[in-house]
Amino acid sequence: MRVGVFICHCGNNIAGTIDVAKVAEETRKLPGVVYATTYMYTCSEPGQEEIQKAIKSENLDRVVVAACSPRMHELTFRRTVAKAGLNRYFFEQANIREHVSWVGEKKEANTNKAIEIVRMAVEKVKQNKPLYSTSFKVNKRVLVIGGGVAGMQAALDCADGGLEVLLVEKSPSVGGMMSRLDKTFPTIDCSICILGPKMVDVAQHDKIKLHAYSEIDEIKGYVGNYQIKIRKKATYVDWTKCTGCGTCMEKCPSKNSYDHFNFGVAPTRAINIPFPQAIPKKAKIDPNYCRQFVKGKCGVCAKVCPTKAINYEMQDEVITEEVGAIIVSTGYSLIDIERLPEYGGGRYPDVITGIQYERILNASGPTSGHIVRPSDHVEPKTVVFVACAGSRDKSIGIPYCSNFCCMYIAKQAILTKDHVPDSQSYVFYMDIRSPGKGYDEFTRRAQEEYGVKYIRGRVSRIYPKGNKMIVKGADTLLGTQVEVEADLVVLGTAVISNSDAGHMAEKLHISYDTFGFYVESHPKLRPVETNTSGVFLAGACQGPKDIPASVSQGSAAASKVQALFSKDMLESDPAVAKVNINACVGCLKCVKTCPFQAIKEKELRDGRVVADVIETVCAGCGVCTSTCPCGAIQLQHFTDNQLLAEVNAICLT
Amino acid sequence: MTEREYAYYSGCSLEGTASEYDASMRAVLKELDVNFREPDDWSCCGSTPAHTVNHVFAAALAARNLALVEKIGLNTIITPCPSCMMAFKKAQHGMTKSESFKNEVNELLDEPYECGVESKSALQVMYEDIGLDAVSQRVTHALPGLKVAPYYGCILNRPPEVAQFDDPENPISMDKILLSAGVDVRDFAFKIECCGAAFGVVKREMVNQLTYKVLSMALDAGANCIAVACPLCQQNLDLRQGQVNSTMGSNFNIPILYFTQIIGLTYGLSPKALGMDKLIVSAEQIIRSRITVEELKKREETEAQVKAKKPEKKPVKEEAKPEENE
Repeated sequence: MRVGVFICHCGNNIAGTIDVAKVAEETRKLPGVVYATTYMYTCSEPGQEEIQKAIKSENLDRVVVAACSPRMHELTFRRTVAKAGLNRYFFEQANIREHVSWVGEKKEANTNKAIEIVRMAVEKVKQNKPLYSTSFKVNKRVLVIGGGVAGMQAALDCADGGLEVLLVEKSPSVGGMMSRLDKTFPTIDCSICILGPKMVDVAQHDKIKLHAYSEIDEIKGYVGNYQIKIRKKATYVDWTKCTGCGTCMEKCPSKNSYDHFNFGVAPTRAINIPFPQAIPKKAKIDPNYCRQFVKGKCGVCAKVCPTKAINYEMQDEVITEEVGAIIVSTGYSLIDIERLPEYGGGRYPDVITGIQYERILNASGPTSGHIVRPSDHVEPKTVVFVACAGSRDKSIGIPYCSNFCCMYIAKQAILTKDHVPDSQSYVFYMDIRSPGKGYDEFTRRAQEEYGVKYIRGRVSRIYPKGNKMIVKGADTLLGTQVEVEADLVVLGTAVISNSDAGHMAEKLHISYDTFGFYVESHPKLRPVETNTSGVFLAGACQGPKDIPASVSQGSAAASKVQALFSKDMLESDPAVAKVNINACVGCLKCVKTCPFQAIKEKELRDGRVVADVIETVCAGCGVCTSTCPCGAIQLQHFTDNQLLAEVNAICLT
Repeated sequence: MTEREYAYYSGCSLEGTASEYDASMRAVLKELDVNFREPDDWSCCGSTPAHTVNHVFAAALAARNLALVEKIGLNTIITPCPSCMMAFKKAQHGMTKSESFKNEVNELLDEPYECGVESKSALQVMYEDIGLDAVSQRVTHALPGLKVAPYYGCILNRPPEVAQFDDPENPISMDKILLSAGVDVRDFAFKIECCGAAFGVVKREMVNQLTYKVLSMALDAGANCIAVACPLCQQNLDLRQGQVNSTMGSNFNIPILYFTQIIGLTYGLSPKALGMDKLIVSAEQIIRSRITVEELKKREETEAQVKAKKPEKKPVKEEAKPEENE
């Protein structure tokens, strides 16, 4: 066996705190090592050529690179050795950057640790076996979860590229948060006017199948071959018959239903179409408020419906679909205003959220676009906006910035002046974050042209006095306390992840951060991929995002799917579990522990029952290996012998 | 519930300036069948002066009293004064959280404190242990015309991680207790605003301004009485009302009652036993307005009858209505 070891300087990243020459020198003494050298940047093109040259000139049959994390470059180096004619699994990477040079400061100790890590890798690589991928067919359909602007963009881009798309939206209409906005910054164009056509395209595209008011029940399978169970929730209206005429809505006697679309600004009917531009434009009954469900008698909508579409007996329906890739665009939620008691959230009617104000500003909103305050329906003359309401606040567990509040507050302040010319708006802010194209000019316009008064400082208390709301805060630029008598207070509430984001992540086998936002493969270089191949992210489910960013991500995710589907066959990862049927006693403990349901029982010709791994489903986690009482199931590339060789290298020498 | 026995720590205020709080508290607790014992030889809780100088010393003063409670075999102490309660809760919090702090404190004590006593304000005991139902069961009298703004002050439920009681921004325990005693409670936006606390000694004009705000906001809320649970709040709002009137040009005449005094009145206890005569702003009107629950019912019935007579005219209107519609 002829092992070659390449120790990377990684500029100063590694060589700065590790004596790489000494590591090479010590490595040369290891049994089996015939070549050891150092190189400035091993991952660079000349660096890779160096490895290939050495493989040929030194007749190497195993290669170790001591460099950064295998997450970063394992694939790169596997390709390098494969080009030189070796099996790609005859390569091992020793991580002496993240595990050594970046975390330790003492050069001597670091050098010793690096030597030990390289020794482990050398012992491991000597045990490596050649592995070969198999290939499997790809189902070229894509599932998009969430029909907000990011999801719709992704669906349209995929569909325009000729792919069949399934779009699943949990609410009764597509459009998401953007469909609730009145105007968009910094261009002040009407949100639904630019979104509406997209929504119609989604509904009419012959490649897109839209499942509105539906949720994902179950996701099984692997990249290229997913089986999805979609729950079509009961709307109690037969959507094949409903024409969206709205007669039922007019006649419904239950007038105090909570309006989810308008965030409760005004009540709605128990049977309703969420908004005039809704796609699909179909009615839906809210059984929490419908008299037929609550009291057991009413039936007005059934009587008046001209197409006899009402069906109180309707049940949820579960359908199964097969797709090859998934784009997740489930969006975000906003913090519950009652979590901000110092601002009187939920206690005083004239303290509302930005999105509620957006509905009040909207021409098709509950007030037909007239600005009135909720308590007495009087036009407010003084409006106070509070930025960072709940966000950038460690004390309630939301330390991050909500990204778009600075901009929409400036927009709403401008619109307030447009609607009520003799009004005065105040904005309490921590700092103005407006780095997008045309954004800073926009926030300046609010101050300079529209006379919005910006006060730098947090608001401490909001309370009512007479028919005014007193907003108490600090002006940290003047160094004084400020009190503003407001008619209406609008909170720029913190953006949070959806309450079911964790459940969804578990169904998708993707990771999410402490705040429930989905984690991308690499924050810079793989922003729309997840660590589960075949699952991509778009929009605010990955972190707070404004419309341009969400749309770009939607398109990016679609292009990733197109690239994935450009091949007819995909290669499987051979580093999966494998059963030695001679040693397997058929206890099937592995079947029970496998988190991916990748192991099935199999009956051999002689009637013996053994475990059998479905290679394409196996994710290579290794749980089965540690469960197996007789060591019959082994994870390829991480077998007991290979791991023991590493342990021995560090413990026995 | 009533079988539970508590230790009772009155503290310095309740011995002196707030003796009516002490009297009404004891009377109401007795009515509620709460058994309580006062630890022998209790000393200062360490409140304001000590914790500004030395945390270990302040905790030791508090822990000495808690150790006495431990000695008589009780595990919960009622402290009507929020300042005492905070001193106890802070000592308990610090000593259970950090072993080294506990050792430092115990070094100063004759007998070590094992951290086995929970401190609760009287409000917390009534709200959590005795319960609203028990509070309302004893009610025999009503106070019609009384509109109360409950005022919690700053430290009854703050800081939340130490107080572990109610909401730090919008507390509701006193509101609910008074409501269950049948009292008309007003939503009061200034229920946790500062009264000026001990600044009355060194900077009286500041306290005047702050109490002025609290008093005028209570009037704004439609209240004609403020309920308190803190001797210092009571003192600033009641004793200094004259000062506020003369410096701020106002004309306040709002009785400031301890919540236990109000409950005592609804239980039919004598005003003398509740120390009502010790208040600076007279509560005479409130006391005189007191009637029994039966009397109130009778009065309401007669009022309802008077109201019921009015609708006789209504049919005329209703006849007119259809015409309007047409």
